[in-house]
Amino acid sequence: MSTLKTLNGNQSIAEAVRQIDPDVVAAYPITPSTAIVETIAKFKADGLITSEFVCPESEHSAMSVCIGASSAGGRVMTATGSQGLALMWEMLYIAAGLRLPIVAAIANRALSAPINIHGDHSDTMGARDSGWIQIYSENCQEAYDNFIQAFRIGEDLKVRTPVFVGLDGFIISHSLEVIQVEDDAKVKKFVGEYKPVYPLLDTSRKMTVGPIDFTDYYFEHKRNQIEGIENAPPVIEAVGKEFGQKFGREYGFFEEYRMDDAELCIVVMSSAAGTCKDAIDELRSDGKRIGLLKPRVFRPFPHEKIAEALKKMKAVAVFDRSSSPGAFGAPLFTEVRSALYDHKERPHIVNYVYGLGGRDIKVEHFKEVALKLEKIAETGKVEEIYGYINLRE
Amino acid sequence: MAKLKDLAAMEDRLVAGHGMCLGCGIPLIFRIVLRATEDPLIIANATGCLEVCTTIFPRTSWNVSWIHSAFENAAATIAGVESMYKALKNKGRIPKDKKIKFLGVGGDGGTYDIGLQALSGAMERGHDIVYVCYDNNAYANTGGQRSSATPLGASATTSPEGIKSPGKLQRKKDLTKILVAHNIPYVAQASPNRWQDLYKKAQKAFETEGPAFLNILCLCPTEWKCDESQGIRLAQTAVDTCVWPLYEVENGKYKINYLPKEKKPVLEWIKPQGRFRHLFKEENAWVLEKYQKQVDEDWEELNKLAKL
Repeated sequence: MSTLKTLNGNQSIAEAVRQIDPDVVAAYPITPSTAIVETIAKFKADGLITSEFVCPESEHSAMSVCIGASSAGGRVMTATGSQGLALMWEMLYIAAGLRLPIVAAIANRALSAPINIHGDHSDTMGARDSGWIQIYSENCQEAYDNFIQAFRIGEDLKVRTPVFVGLDGFIISHSLEVIQVEDDAKVKKFVGEYKPVYPLLDTSRKMTVGPIDFTDYYFEHKRNQIEGIENAPPVIEAVGKEFGQKFGREYGFFEEYRMDDAELCIVVMSSAAGTCKDAIDELRSDGKRIGLLKPRVFRPFPHEKIAEALKKMKAVAVFDRSSSPGAFGAPLFTEVRSALYDHKERPHIVNYVYGLGGRDIKVEHFKEVALKLEKIAETGKVEEIYGYINLRE
Repeated sequence: MAKLKDLAAMEDRLVAGHGMCLGCGIPLIFRIVLRATEDPLIIANATGCLEVCTTIFPRTSWNVSWIHSAFENAAATIAGVESMYKALKNKGRIPKDKKIKFLGVGGDGGTYDIGLQALSGAMERGHDIVYVCYDNNAYANTGGQRSSATPLGASATTSPEGIKSPGKLQRKKDLTKILVAHNIPYVAQASPNRWQDLYKKAQKAFETEGPAFLNILCLCPTEWKCDESQGIRLAQTAVDTCVWPLYEVENGKYKINYLPKEKKPVLEWIKPQGRFRHLFKEENAWVLEKYQKQVDEDWEELNKLAKL
């Protein structure tokens, strides 16, 4: 039976894990994702899941256990964030290169130094070329829904690619919210049986997994891998639609909020999109024609669809919760701007880095940027392409 | 006792065609170890000589299920495979009576050094796995850099001898002791010159319920700078000098498996190897003395432990 439960983001992920009951869970606790691992451990202790629960001695080994387990032929998940994800970095590429559909819940957190435990997207953005699908969540409900869909997306035989499901550290991981928890059996049925591909445990087949490629094969194998994530968009779309039919909440690549007649647009992901919606409502009641585009899927990047949605705008501000030192703008900005390049008709586009290390972003900050966008639209002049919000300079 | 004739008749799980060096101890060791179980086997191999030389795509020398993921994590990778086996057995997706053995493999680089943490973790968690370290005393795959298993005084490319240095300044790490400290059911040191002993230890390791660890001295004529045809004799010298004592620790109980009739001086181990050549310079005499003293002390300690 579908029920309303008061859960924080970590508990929402753990609740989905209980319902999916993956074959192996291997995870190392790290703030702010620790409660995911603790809750799963308690589920195991109470007999609520049949998963093998492994506590490796580091995140590097956690991902290595996941890789061994997934290659063996079953459904595997982990959870981490920040330094934990950074320590996994080497193995992230290997999971993707071996085409293992591991699902990882990431409580997004800043990277050291300076050490900081709060939410930003430096961790997953740093891993944006690791070959993993990346899905970001605005709130606990989305974290729960995205996590369930992640298995269907990653395990699709044409995709076979690991998936990150991001939820903002503390802001979502530790905030209580009333969420719709779907019926156990229905969730199980939605996720379906795991279909192993070349499982090591089928010892009659004597597989060699992970051999060395020299200059003669590496490039082709990498191309094959890239094809997997390139095959993901129709699967992400179909799974999001089916989820909507089954559970009443449909998902696509991004959410458009009050974009119908918008001339100005703010692009922002994850929890800050919720705050931005309030700002948009206030601006709309002041008669401003402004909307929000909230990317949900960052990898594969839905460049055509985003360009289509933004090309008629007069001015767009992309908000990034991570930085790319020395680059021409932060990660989301460079993707969005590049997506628009081929359109003759395209908006002025600016970038704001916000919220590093969990720094607050408020309605007033979005309104401040809206004013700047208005000015850019009026004058056609961009004074500052790249800047910061709520920062003492 | 195993008969060589019977072992020879068994199907090879590591077959010919690999690219390992002339005189290399690795294939020798693994053709013995892999015969020590007839159950289906899955191997996780750390990056290193064995991995690189046996799996150059699209060819493989492995007639058994095998996975390589990275350098420092063979123990964690095989722990993952074993965990999935347990999970699928519990869930009824693998028949209850299906037996599979799980083997993690690494050189001294992947085991003593970069993989020590993952190995320690897997052993502590108690996975039902065997881990075999082939210790050839160097990072041989990348051209002979020092490892923590490189002996005192050996010249390696990152601990080269020179007018200001007698080669490696530190003694070899005692990894076997570290594994004993994990209180796992079975830990042993072996050498391919005593193949019966090696075979028996591998059998015991595979039969052990829970984690088992084998540390095997592995000849490396390329990095030891010695005659390829003399490798096995050199391994014999290693055990006769007590540089590499053969012993096992079963449920905490020490047993020495080979007592040299006459304990030979370490010099006999050192002489045939080019990596020690500079130790015969007058100014390096202290290194020889120190090496001998360490071997004597370790041997004495081992004998005490075996008498407990």
